[in-house]
Amino acid sequence: MASLELLKIRKRYGELDILKGIDISVDAGEFLVLVGPSGCGKSTLLNMIAGLDTVSEGEIRIGGRRVNDLHPSERDIAMVFQSYALYPNMSVKENIAFGMEMRKVPKPEREQAVSEVAKTLQIDHLLDRRPAQLSGGQRQRVAMGRALVRKPRIFLFDEPLSNLDAQLRVDMRTEIKKLHQRLGATIVYVTHDQIEAMTLATRIAVMRAGELLQLGSPAEIYNRPANTFVAGFMGSPRMNLIPGTLKSQAGALHLEVTAEGAAPARVFLPQVPEATRAYLGREITAGLRPEAISDKLDGGGADGRPMIEAVVEVTEPTGPDTLAVLLLGGREITARLQPDSTLKAGERGRFAIDLSKLVWFDPASGARVA
Amino acid sequence: MAQQWDSPQMVKGTRMRWSAVVIYGLLLFFAAIYVLPLVVMLLTSLKPLPEIYSGSIIALPHEWTVKPWIDAWGQTCVGLSCHGIKGYFWNSTKMTVAAVTISTAIGMLNGYVLTKWRFKGADLLFGLILFGCFIPFQIVLIPMATLLGKLGIASSTPGLVLVHVVYGLAFTTLYFRNYYVAFPDELIRAAMIDGAKFFSIFFRILVPNSAPIVVVTVIWQFTNIWNDFLFGASFSTGESAPMTVALNNVVNTSTGEREYNVHMAAAVIAALPTLLVYIVGGRYFVRGLMTGSVKG
Repeated sequence: MASLELLKIRKRYGELDILKGIDISVDAGEFLVLVGPSGCGKSTLLNMIAGLDTVSEGEIRIGGRRVNDLHPSERDIAMVFQSYALYPNMSVKENIAFGMEMRKVPKPEREQAVSEVAKTLQIDHLLDRRPAQLSGGQRQRVAMGRALVRKPRIFLFDEPLSNLDAQLRVDMRTEIKKLHQRLGATIVYVTHDQIEAMTLATRIAVMRAGELLQLGSPAEIYNRPANTFVAGFMGSPRMNLIPGTLKSQAGALHLEVTAEGAAPARVFLPQVPEATRAYLGREITAGLRPEAISDKLDGGGADGRPMIEAVVEVTEPTGPDTLAVLLLGGREITARLQPDSTLKAGERGRFAIDLSKLVWFDPASGARVA
Repeated sequence: MAQQWDSPQMVKGTRMRWSAVVIYGLLLFFAAIYVLPLVVMLLTSLKPLPEIYSGSIIALPHEWTVKPWIDAWGQTCVGLSCHGIKGYFWNSTKMTVAAVTISTAIGMLNGYVLTKWRFKGADLLFGLILFGCFIPFQIVLIPMATLLGKLGIASSTPGLVLVHVVYGLAFTTLYFRNYYVAFPDELIRAAMIDGAKFFSIFFRILVPNSAPIVVVTVIWQFTNIWNDFLFGASFSTGESAPMTVALNNVVNTSTGEREYNVHMAAAVIAALPTLLVYIVGGRYFVRGLMTGSVKG
């Protein structure tokens, strides 16, 4: 395993800027997930780390050593591809051993390594089969086996789970996490699935249009998103971004939420962060996760949580909880209610807001204020 | 109980039997027209000469004989020498096998480079190569003759091999390029990370997965080269002539009475190798060897 540093990485195709100066560095043993919508440059970045694409500007260091000009095979990396990229003409055993064969590892050693890895991944009974004779999940394991057997310094995963069906995807996600915990390997993992990013990563890099928007631990990204894009991208259902005006009335602050054709709603705020005071009397965007809006009213609001009244528009029971779309001052917001909630569409209810989870964004730039 | 479908076609119903009669009747009729010349050739080649001159051409032989075949192979006169067509058959075999092998191999390599090791102007180069598919044979005859003379391989089998390789490259490149364009790039990348270089990727990954297109190319090239007459007639003389030219010389010999049975036997012999290639190759034609490399 090794550390990975990406210093001011740029990628240009002619006039087109694909990556606009990416700076990321992770320690050995970290699980870095590159996440973002399609076209954000995450796969290009991964290919550049692998050496499958050239670096226009900047430096890539693996274990402190510059690798910009090294052939992919000399970087001591292994990659798992989205399509698995198993050689169709070779058996599973030959697929896994191909890298060692190319490196002229003697045959007994190869066989030894293959059987060890096959045992780890529980594919030892498949060794003589061809890729065409395997199921999706089995191919996925073989592709991982091919990477594992090399004991590389960095593992690269390019959307490895996106071709699997939902149940298998969850299982393999757990497997990958276990693998990381056992090997302590450095992993760079590309996905567009924010749940994969949250569950697997020790560090998440959220990218959009060739730019790094935020780099941080899953908790940081989730609780303190750098801007409205990150806030909206991570988490499902999405964070509520509520535009409103910060007002003061007789020393008590409140957020006034308005929309055309609806009576304005007020959310009283017992305390607000200092940085938001500059927005007094101006527009501001409040960011509130659905789980911070609750129908659990223990203490009847006496615990200092501000209460709101809102009309329920739709309820969606998911099993573990009930999602409800509420109308607050004419704006739709999503709340995560208790699973046995009896609220029905059209009813008016009282909900408590967890202010510790509230974040504030500048409405013009989208950047987080507090 | 659910209906067991043996084909994904719609329900035919019980009426409209008439159309089937018409369709199959027409099919049989045209099939008969297609097969008739071959039947006549085979029947004629198995009859003694007097029977041909006296009887109908589609009548079965009264007296079956394989002598015309033996004569055609070893005795009949090709131009002035009377040793049969066997020498020319081997000329054609040598020429075709060499030219098909070389042109297919180079076409493969071209296709590989044009799709997986792309460079500036790769598409333009491919366009120019493609242009070669449309050049009529006749245009290159004189320059080619000059070139062969300068290389010292005029009127020889190696000379003909060169001509056919050069002419075939445009087609073989086209075939392999179009096949490899659809070959997953991720396999090449995986191999690169595994440490394979230019030729090991080619021989270990690409070539073993090329069976379907190799078969197509070989059938195409084999048929064209074996059946070629123009280049054979232009760039060979006497003993070095290929089968097609020799066959022409057999048939056009003007001395004595025309031995139609020998001519027919020689013509069937000349057509056999291409037929054989189709029969052997056709089996592999439809095999999809790529299934399963990428999620199916």
